[in-house]
Amino acid sequence: MNLLEVRNLKVHFPVTHGVFSRSQDVVRAVDDVSLAIAPGETVGLVGESGCGKTTLGRAVVRLIEPTSGKVLFDGEDIAGLTGSTLRARRRNFQMIFQDPYGSLDPRMTVARIIGEALDIHRLAPEPAARRRRIEALLAEVGMDSSHAQRYPHELSGGQRQRIGIARALALEPRLMVCDEPVSALDVSVQAQIINLLEDLQRRHNMACLFIAHDIAIVEHISRRVLVMYLGRIVESGDAEAICHFPKHPYTQALISAVPVIDPDSRRRRILLSGELPSPIHPPGGCPFHPRCPVAEPRCQAEVPPLREISPGHHAACHLAS
Amino acid sequence: MMSLLEIKNLKIEFGRGLDARRAVDGVSLTLEAGETLCVVGESGSGKTVTALSIARLVPSPPARYAGGEILLQGRDVLKMSSAELRGIRGRVVSYVFQEPGASLNPVFRVGHQIKESLQLHRPDAATDAEVIHLLQLVGIPAPETRIKNYPHEMSGGMQQRIMIAMALASQPRLLVADEPTTALDVTIQAEIIDLLRELKQRLGMAIVLITHNLGIVADLADRVAVMYAGQIVETAPARALLKQPLHPYTQALMLSVPGLGARSKRLPAIPGSVPQLGAFPSGCRFHPRCARVRPDCSLEVPDLFEVEPGRWVRCPYWGYEPRICGSESEVPA
Repeated sequence: MNLLEVRNLKVHFPVTHGVFSRSQDVVRAVDDVSLAIAPGETVGLVGESGCGKTTLGRAVVRLIEPTSGKVLFDGEDIAGLTGSTLRARRRNFQMIFQDPYGSLDPRMTVARIIGEALDIHRLAPEPAARRRRIEALLAEVGMDSSHAQRYPHELSGGQRQRIGIARALALEPRLMVCDEPVSALDVSVQAQIINLLEDLQRRHNMACLFIAHDIAIVEHISRRVLVMYLGRIVESGDAEAICHFPKHPYTQALISAVPVIDPDSRRRRILLSGELPSPIHPPGGCPFHPRCPVAEPRCQAEVPPLREISPGHHAACHLAS
Repeated sequence: MMSLLEIKNLKIEFGRGLDARRAVDGVSLTLEAGETLCVVGESGSGKTVTALSIARLVPSPPARYAGGEILLQGRDVLKMSSAELRGIRGRVVSYVFQEPGASLNPVFRVGHQIKESLQLHRPDAATDAEVIHLLQLVGIPAPETRIKNYPHEMSGGMQQRIMIAMALASQPRLLVADEPTTALDVTIQAEIIDLLRELKQRLGMAIVLITHNLGIVADLADRVAVMYAGQIVETAPARALLKQPLHPYTQALMLSVPGLGARSKRLPAIPGSVPQLGAFPSGCRFHPRCARVRPDCSLEVPDLFEVEPGRWVRCPYWGYEPRICGSESEVPA
């Protein structure tokens, strides 16, 4: 059975204009997304800014209320849960945030930051056990116990992100949602954090939804990759297949735009015309058609469904084959 | 022949007396007319301070130009009066910064802001027609209507094009672009890099591009300088450096970035973190994180020396890295 199953999830945000909020529009941040994650599996979610990937990640851990659709964790829909039931379930799915500066309280010591998670879920009521647990968690993320009494401002960006990981790990979650966990870090530190996440995930057999805008990092860490555009999944499949044989024109453009170090690489860059349309008034038909280099008349009229192109490889494009 | 830009042994400090922290320590660079130089480094490497100092834009105080020369067209920028500085800012050197949204004035139309730059530097050309011409140059569609837009009505990529148009309005000899694509999405980043390459060819302008991303170096640079903790650790022709870097830091940096389509088991990470300003390690500043460290690395500060014509490395134990051989697998597009 799948650990997490998202069915037809929609997250819409109302926006109001005009005097006395007369007119109301809707931002379709996540529009009819379905996905599944097996226990211990890492799924990568890639897309550009504004595509709804963070909103999707937050809706999965119920930091945002979905507008409609189901989020099934172990078969139980968490979309309707409240209060203590929700808190109890939340122990199983934790989140690591993008900004290691903004996600740690500057007035708390590292021990309090990690301990808070233990306290809320009453995992280590005795002070001695609590201290031992915090030290073990710090060791697990590659820091020593002398860091326990430090404040976040005394730590480097990479160390702070390790604290964020330890805090999530304190609850022994079965699913970790990592929202751009390395994009705020220095290039030379990113690899450490990626390796750490991979190690922890293997050791604890955690499933992971890894959200990033960098398709190279997503490909490295995930077995399966989902590509998102304007609130919809436009392609999903095996990481290697997506990177070597992308089917959707958007994925092809995204991959061709990744800068390559090798000066001899003979790569043709696909330039997209135009800009990301507003998610308030997404284009009719295929949401990608105004920028698509191979669009046909029917792309303007019909919304392409996500269909299987080859075993396990889906794309939402009329022309993919 | 005189170079367009020659920086000799530049030293910039922040703070006074015992508190002085040297952000740039003995940086030397040369740039010929029409050439593109990429300065690659992480946060705190001193790359931005070096770039800003070319037009003496680092305010002093708090900064102190503690030594060296910056010869722009043969004249030392550090000895110029403020009137002379006004003469080179814009006219000889123009800048494009990282966050276009923060660089544009939100309350004026973009056309007005570009015209302002024209009025200052080329008063005869301060017309709507010239503004439209500049917008066409940077590839903005429908420029006649776009000049009436406010910055918030444009996307990040378009805003960055406006910034480039504004920098080009004064027809500079040198364009300094400080992380111009960092705030943008990859597909937009590719467009901006393409635009810069096209402009460089069409206008024959020299470019200094500051970046932390080795990937965009291949697309644009003639030469590369890699900075770490306030010093240049390696400088070489772009192709040679990307094919086979010689300094352990450059090699480690290149190996630690996952390549697309080259699924490796585990990333060779660089241990530790980037040293903070004022807390640089003794000897070679990279030695605590270096995989090839030797006992004397912490004792002596290595000099930058020429290992091949045009290739300079700040490491006596430089060498080839067999894992990098320019054999990155090709990605079918």
